[in-house]
Amino acid sequence: MDKHFARTDMLPPQAPPITERGAVKWLRENLFSTPFNIALTLFGVAVLYYLIASSLPWWLNSVWTAGSLGECRDIVTASAGEGATGACWAMIRPWWGAFIFGFYPPELWWRPISAFGLLFAALAPVLFSGQTRNLTNLLLVVAAFLIVTLYLTSAPVLAFVLVLALIAGFVAVAQVQPGKLIWFTLIYPALCFWLLWGGSIWSPIVAMAGFGILYAVFRLASPFIGFSPAAGAGFLVAVLWWLYLDVPVVDALQSMLPFSLQAINSDQFGGFLLAIVIGVTGISFSLPIGILLALGRQSDMLIVKTLSVGFIEFVRGVPLITLLFTASLLLQYFLPPGTNFDIILRVIILVTFFAAAYLAEVIRGGLAALPRGQYEAADALGLDYWRAQRLIILPQALKISIPAIVSTFIGLFKDTTLVSFVGLMDPLRGVTQIVRADINWKGIYWEPYIFVGAIFFLICFGMSRYSMYLEQKLKTDHR
Amino acid sequence: MAMATDVPKDGFRLSMLVYDTRYRSYTIQIVVLVLFAMAVAWLLNNTVQNLEARGKEFNFGFLWQRAGYDIGQQLVPYNNDDNHFRALLVGLANTLVVAFFGCIFATILGVIVGVLRLSNNWLVGRLMTVYVEIFRNVPLLLWILLTYVILSEITPQPRDFRVTDEMAAAGQAPAAEMMFFDSVAVTNRGTNIPSPLFDRGFGTIDLGFMSLNLTFLAVVGVIAGSVYVNRRILASARATQEETGVRPVTWWKSILILFAPILALLVAMGFHLEVPTLQGFNFTGGILVAHPFTAMVIALSLYTAAFIAEIVRAGIQAISRGQSEAAFALGLRPGRTMNLIILPQALRVIIPPLISQYLNLTKNTSLGIAVSYLDLRGTLGGITLNQTGRELECMLLMMLIYLSISLSISAVMNMYNSSVQLKAR
Repeated sequence: MDKHFARTDMLPPQAPPITERGAVKWLRENLFSTPFNIALTLFGVAVLYYLIASSLPWWLNSVWTAGSLGECRDIVTASAGEGATGACWAMIRPWWGAFIFGFYPPELWWRPISAFGLLFAALAPVLFSGQTRNLTNLLLVVAAFLIVTLYLTSAPVLAFVLVLALIAGFVAVAQVQPGKLIWFTLIYPALCFWLLWGGSIWSPIVAMAGFGILYAVFRLASPFIGFSPAAGAGFLVAVLWWLYLDVPVVDALQSMLPFSLQAINSDQFGGFLLAIVIGVTGISFSLPIGILLALGRQSDMLIVKTLSVGFIEFVRGVPLITLLFTASLLLQYFLPPGTNFDIILRVIILVTFFAAAYLAEVIRGGLAALPRGQYEAADALGLDYWRAQRLIILPQALKISIPAIVSTFIGLFKDTTLVSFVGLMDPLRGVTQIVRADINWKGIYWEPYIFVGAIFFLICFGMSRYSMYLEQKLKTDHR
Repeated sequence: MAMATDVPKDGFRLSMLVYDTRYRSYTIQIVVLVLFAMAVAWLLNNTVQNLEARGKEFNFGFLWQRAGYDIGQQLVPYNNDDNHFRALLVGLANTLVVAFFGCIFATILGVIVGVLRLSNNWLVGRLMTVYVEIFRNVPLLLWILLTYVILSEITPQPRDFRVTDEMAAAGQAPAAEMMFFDSVAVTNRGTNIPSPLFDRGFGTIDLGFMSLNLTFLAVVGVIAGSVYVNRRILASARATQEETGVRPVTWWKSILILFAPILALLVAMGFHLEVPTLQGFNFTGGILVAHPFTAMVIALSLYTAAFIAEIVRAGIQAISRGQSEAAFALGLRPGRTMNLIILPQALRVIIPPLISQYLNLTKNTSLGIAVSYLDLRGTLGGITLNQTGRELECMLLMMLIYLSISLSISAVMNMYNSSVQLKAR
């Protein structure tokens, strides 16, 4: 007789012990696993408690409407009792215009706003090349942004309609031939310059015509004298155009067809407008210069290499401030007597060189990280130097160095605050000093710094997150 | 048989300068050199013309004129009758001392934060992430200005420290109290810290251009000697261990040799601290550290520490998990795993970017001008430049000095780097 007992049905699994599941397990593992960890947790809680306890009332008692710091404090005392502290965000109300635009005339704020919106329209074909849906979405967001902000700043109806018609045109082109949008990216610098600084419309057009002439000469001459000499000849003709013909042609065209916006002087620029103008221009010009410098440093040609190394090491060895002072004090010695060009332009040039030297080192790291076989394979395919760089080497090297490139960009954007040392009105030191010198807001310090710092944080943090997204998107290895 | 590399016999044509890869690089280099030379000549020519037009000449004679301005913080003795060169030295010393303290504090804080970010502790890890992201994404200038404003506007006035007889009788505490056992007082005029004093110091020797503090030299010499002897002891212990397999006990020798001589020297020289005390409306005695210096050191270290933390974290993460697992398999405790296995390997990844952070910090000291800290940029590139109107000379000299500081820091750190790198076999 079989006395063996065998269970025929499965038991349901038992729940894990209370210490091994849910919140308890999480707490045990993450906060209280060892005595040292417990001490760390207690320390962290203490720090957190101190921070919150000391600043929470200040945040909660914030005042958003008041005419002066004294009034703010009275309101806080009235609502929260004697000795209470409270933030006085009312400071932002009269001053936000200066923080964003500096002394740019308020009735013309629509110009920097349009330039800013169109910047994204110009970036769209670069950021989302070949992705019609993303491109269209970005353009629609730009259109929405422009409708709201232009309406709020009471832009002239004509400008409103023109800008929106432009965007609508882009959206239409994006559906049919997205590739053509790159032309707008190419003419955007001239448009942006004209919108921001105003003046005759002919000066940016004639200046851009120089590039057209360069290209035309190159195309006409290259079948006869070859690639490099034709490029040199085109460059020479363009330089001659800019040096000798630019001004008379502009004058002639302006007298024939006068069409201009009210000119704005550089000392009226300020706030985040200035930071973004310098930052974006610096970023877009420093990348190609940085790539060239990095290639020069890797080159076999001794003289090219020496010059590149000398430039990179010199620029990286001195603080940015000294370069900015070079822009404001020394360029008048180095340029022909009587030359005097715009201080913002001078600063942009020096900031661009500064960022380019750092980028060159970053990109060199990317170039060095590429396996030697990639270079040899490109040679074996019979590609010449520039084709090999453009098709094989740079796409990989730049992809490797994206995080470092973006952190250089973030550094450049943060460094735009240093222009306050050469008398430009950056948001941090320039505008905040004016606010702190105002009789109504004398003695205020946390609020303006937190306000400016928060905007910087949003922009820089956004850039670093975008670089992470880009890195993830371009990742092709299967690790 | 014709080889592919044989030179064609049809002679040299001019177009080969452009199309033949053998000659093209020479052509390009010569063109670049000519363009560069032309650019330099153009700049020099402009400079000469501009100098002439302004009636200025290029010489550094102004450095020996009387400076006539005061500098708040001076590590090199200086008064306003000294010349501009002396002021330059004072500024240079101020730059270097901020960079020195900044690097030390930033490294300590950065390493702690970087390691804590990797810890298993969720709360502390998040706190450190918030710290790193906030400090990395906001301009350094903001931290400098904010620290300075807080130091000079929130801190109490010296008279708030006073305890009057009525207050003592009523048992009231003063509005502000000194820190660290009544030795440090932070006021709105500066931070008062104790100063080391010697009753029987060795005095100073005047060498004409500078004076040597023999007491200080003696202390440094004794410490250096102790460290050297300690190293010899450890080396001989290691030799004995290699030979016999048994390591002699050295810890008491090390402690003795490291601490006994310096303590003896300090006692012999009558070392004591002079604590700042409130006299009337201000503190006397001790050392007054001005707020610009404190603000610079605090802001620079907090800002750079965030970057260093990221470098340390990346360095430790770069070491594959297999390394620590292998160490655990060998039976090493977590502490020894860190010291013997992880850190030596992580250091090789950490040091090169760390060097560039030190360089950045040193260059960022030039932002001291925002809080009127008279460093090299404030003296030579600021007041001296404005007084003498010698923009060209001052700026070139200043760039040269910054360049040599940067290059020497990177040379020293590169030497250290090559000493810890893996030796290729």
